[in-house]
Amino acid sequence: MLTGHRTWIFDKKPVIVSTGTVAGPFEADGNIPKDIDLLHDNIWLNQSSFEKANRIMMEEACQYAVKNSSIEKEQVKFFISGDLINQITPTSFAAKTMNLPYFGLFSACATSMESLALSAFIINADGADYILSGCSSHNAATEKQFRYPTEYGGQKPPTAQWTVTGAGCVLVAKEGNGPQITSATVGKVVDMGMSDPFNMGGAMAPAAVDTIETHLRERNVDASYYDLIITGDLGQIGHEVSIDMLQKRGIAVTEENYKDCGLTIYREGQPVLAGGSGAACSAVTVYGHFLKKMKLNELSRILVVATGSLHSPLTVQQKDTIPCIAHAVSIESGSDVQ
Amino acid sequence: MADKKKKNLPPAAQKYQSFQKDRETKRPLLKNCVKAFFVGGFICFIGQIISTLYIYYFDFTEQTVGNPTVATLIFITMFLTGFGIYDRIGQFAGAGSAVPVTGFGNAVISAAIEHRTEGFVLGVGGNMFKLAGSVILFGVFAAFVISLIKLILITWGGL
Repeated sequence: MLTGHRTWIFDKKPVIVSTGTVAGPFEADGNIPKDIDLLHDNIWLNQSSFEKANRIMMEEACQYAVKNSSIEKEQVKFFISGDLINQITPTSFAAKTMNLPYFGLFSACATSMESLALSAFIINADGADYILSGCSSHNAATEKQFRYPTEYGGQKPPTAQWTVTGAGCVLVAKEGNGPQITSATVGKVVDMGMSDPFNMGGAMAPAAVDTIETHLRERNVDASYYDLIITGDLGQIGHEVSIDMLQKRGIAVTEENYKDCGLTIYREGQPVLAGGSGAACSAVTVYGHFLKKMKLNELSRILVVATGSLHSPLTVQQKDTIPCIAHAVSIESGSDVQ
Repeated sequence: MADKKKKNLPPAAQKYQSFQKDRETKRPLLKNCVKAFFVGGFICFIGQIISTLYIYYFDFTEQTVGNPTVATLIFITMFLTGFGIYDRIGQFAGAGSAVPVTGFGNAVISAAIEHRTEGFVLGVGGNMFKLAGSVILFGVFAAFVISLIKLILITWGGL
């Protein structure tokens, strides 16, 4: 199971049997609206607050994941999820609605893969046969908590990123049809002393590089083993920095086999500055876009590295640095798994 | 300050920060200054039109027209903020729309709208001045210090 210091190889190969993705109007106008199950045309979702809208999106993503599978909700054993709001309340309220045993996680934007890795681990160890794993974020709710009021006219620098409004959820099963989860590498907190919350891509890049390098070494494969290595939300700056760092360390990544969800979810010309971010960024893009590509056999092996910056508004104001983390999970098509 | 902070970092972090800095998209300073100059100037131009109209049509003088002009500008800002236009102007103009009184109005109004969901007393009332509060505090304090200086100069300086 454990290979090296922090990589799990899942010998029973848990399967992603179905996915559910939800997003807001800004994503509907983006690059991959066709791959998302449910698109809302209003960020309020007819709720009285953005936090409630976030909760509804999480619930809908879970419901879609169950609906897209052949099982009933009652067969699901655990719900493992998180979001970006203080004390992850939207997820906890969604867990109440789902009425399932629940683990709440917080790894900022790396929550998606943390949750997937833990789900796969539990299933691999016969701890459950069906687990719902996902995460969500809401642009306006996150702006309110981490930055300024939504309508405040402050100018953001070109390094800033746009938090994705959406939720992504997968149903992980012991057996079934679909892409298999073959391994996961748990990230370490990497802090390079970066302290600008408007440049999280630059802060998170070393964490992503550390996890990718460790994963490839401990799994003893080359970067070319994967059709795609996908990072969560490094954005323009983080993507460029990490690609240069990886190449310097002799890991053969190019613009073709190394993509970023933050640069995939929005199209050219949307005012997102350096790209998308947020917990839902990797969840919606990977579960919606890239897993669909795997189903169409356009991809057979991917490594998803979700990156998160674990700061809070308080630590930023107290002039602390931004601790960053990246969790990696490899997903491979059923036919040619080693 | 920034240099002092940097010296306490381990060498690997220092090396990474300069590596990262080379790849970071820089703020287009000159472009931002030009945009701020023109948008800020345009807001002042509108203010001037309003005050001229007030003097012409109503019974205001150059000394008394300031308050109604400011009130009108803030009223316009309220609409622009409420309809979600002011933050776009802000992203384009930067300091140009932040420095005039409209920027101050936007800071108060946006916070009031944002915290409406937490109720009127603790939400709107408690958070309305969360951005603008420091401007008010230090603005009043600065005015106090300057009027003290003026008083001292008049009393003992023979101005």
